[in-house]
Amino acid sequence: MAAKLFGAIVRSHDGVAVIDLSGEVNAGADAQLDAAYSEAVATGASSVLLNFEAVDYINSTGIALIVGILARSKKEQREVLACGLSEHYRKIFEITRVADFMHLFQDEQTAIKQAS
Amino acid sequence: MTALTRFLRRKPKVEQPDEAAGPRTPVESAAVDISPNDPLIAYFQSATGAVELDGLELESPAKEALKEAGMKLVVPLISQGELIGLLNLGPRLSERDYSGDDRKLLDNLAAHAAPAVRVAQLVRQQEVEVRTRERIEQELRVAQLIQQQFLPKELPNLPRWQVAAYYQPARTVGGDFYDFIDLPEGQIGIVVGDVTDKGVPAALVMATTHSILQGDAPRLVSPAEVLKHANDRLYPEIPARMFVTCLYMVLNPETGHLRFANAGHNLPYVRSEGRVTELHATGMPLGLMPDMTYEEKEAVLEPGQSLLLHSDGLAEAHGPGDEMFGFPRLMGLVGASEGGTSLIDRCLNDLHSFVGADWEQEDDITLVTLERSAAPPSMSASASNSTHTLAEFTVASEPGNERIAMERVMEAVKELDIDKSRLERLRTAVSEATMNAIEHGHHNRAELEVAVHVAASDEDIKVRITDHGGGRETPGEIETPDIEAKLEGLQTPRGWGLFLIKNMVDDMQVSSDEHTHTIELSLKLKGDGHGS
Repeated sequence: MAAKLFGAIVRSHDGVAVIDLSGEVNAGADAQLDAAYSEAVATGASSVLLNFEAVDYINSTGIALIVGILARSKKEQREVLACGLSEHYRKIFEITRVADFMHLFQDEQTAIKQAS
Repeated sequence: MTALTRFLRRKPKVEQPDEAAGPRTPVESAAVDISPNDPLIAYFQSATGAVELDGLELESPAKEALKEAGMKLVVPLISQGELIGLLNLGPRLSERDYSGDDRKLLDNLAAHAAPAVRVAQLVRQQEVEVRTRERIEQELRVAQLIQQQFLPKELPNLPRWQVAAYYQPARTVGGDFYDFIDLPEGQIGIVVGDVTDKGVPAALVMATTHSILQGDAPRLVSPAEVLKHANDRLYPEIPARMFVTCLYMVLNPETGHLRFANAGHNLPYVRSEGRVTELHATGMPLGLMPDMTYEEKEAVLEPGQSLLLHSDGLAEAHGPGDEMFGFPRLMGLVGASEGGTSLIDRCLNDLHSFVGADWEQEDDITLVTLERSAAPPSMSASASNSTHTLAEFTVASEPGNERIAMERVMEAVKELDIDKSRLERLRTAVSEATMNAIEHGHHNRAELEVAVHVAASDEDIKVRITDHGGGRETPGEIETPDIEAKLEGLQTPRGWGLFLIKNMVDDMQVSSDEHTHTIELSLKLKGDGHGS
């Protein structure tokens, strides 16, 4: 059971910077996630969408990383959205109240439409 | 140089002219010993060919001895730059001196003979070494035989107890021993000991100790008395610098009651519901000092509990990087395993994967386990309510290994009727609890193992995750992390683990004793809470 490496690729979709995450969001994702967020900010987009479609594992350290991103975006007054979460992780985001500070959408299309 | 001397002793005989008749008196054969520091040796070593003794100006007792033996010409045998022998010749039978052709022929002969002689010498040397080795091995076999004489031929058959033992002597034979001694009133004496030193002396001391204990045990009821008496008798007999560590306990199989005393031996481990404790009793090793007294302690093994007695050979085995197997690891195995043969198998499996394939056993390994069978379920309790173990295993404390724990728990519960969303919750909880043990219990020290125990009843799954970071504070109420403070940068974004676990399962219990720290997760098979 090889651990799936974390990946984060930034692209633009209708003026929203989308970060396609993949693999495992854990301690090993720290530097890449940070770099991807900086890259997304550099595109000048006012909204950043974290796409969890290809993520299969998030642990408490991963949650801490996402909270870290939200803290940054709050300071910069930037909107962060999320889509593609499985039912399990959607629930975890609700329990931890991360969902209160990051709108969760079923899929990318809905998220892009809602992005201000 | 021994080989050279020996060669010289034989050689003159072979080189003698075999014809008695003739104008000259045939040379008598004689052995000539050449001292290793005789200048003649150095001279021959650097000589380029046959040497005429008469013309040789050298202060050398060996030269004189050779001349006295009737030698005229000596041809050094040199192999790979080393002087390995001499070809000694008496006078020519034809009364003429040795000619240039003769000498050339002899030089030629020496050049061919030297390597052959060298090979013969090496073969002989090897034969001697083989004989020495055989003698040592024979001695070891004797020691082994003595030792094995005193090991029990069979294990005691006690109803409602599982008794298992393992004994593996190191190649060089240490001095481990163990025994079960029948005592009055159905009690049983259990002894495990280890003599310092190895080989025949250790085996003999072991035999003596064993006889003393065997003789005293039935007569003296108290373990402390038995050890005291053994020390008194061994002290005057035992060779200097040797001593015996020994643990002696008396078990009442009816009640599980144990009385024990310890003469400097490893502390026994008791496993009780996944937690491991040591049985302490103080006392000096036997044979070290006169007039010692021994502390005597008592304990009770309840149904379901097990006990391990062990010698140094396992915990002090070294891995390929010279790191030690260690007592904490052994304790972890005891905590993670039922007793009996399964514990012994587990210890050995773990040991073998720890030390690797090229390991040479350093010391004897002795393991004795006792397990008291769990009480039979009472008639009123419904059989369907019984909890049974689905898996127990350990993982090394390396970051990322929580995934291994998670997958193995998933594998263990895959036959259970449980819905997918609840399985996902269990996955996350197990992973977080294991991560907690690796990071906070063991500080990522890979040599420590996290023990995981998975059990199920018809109603729920229980997963127990135990580390060796005992004495940690156990949280009373798990606090909800303050996400606002985290987002403002007033708090670290971390600290979600326990909160997450608690919200994944139906119940979470955290407990800690002197040695271990355990998180127990319970999850009902059919959800009624947590919106699943």
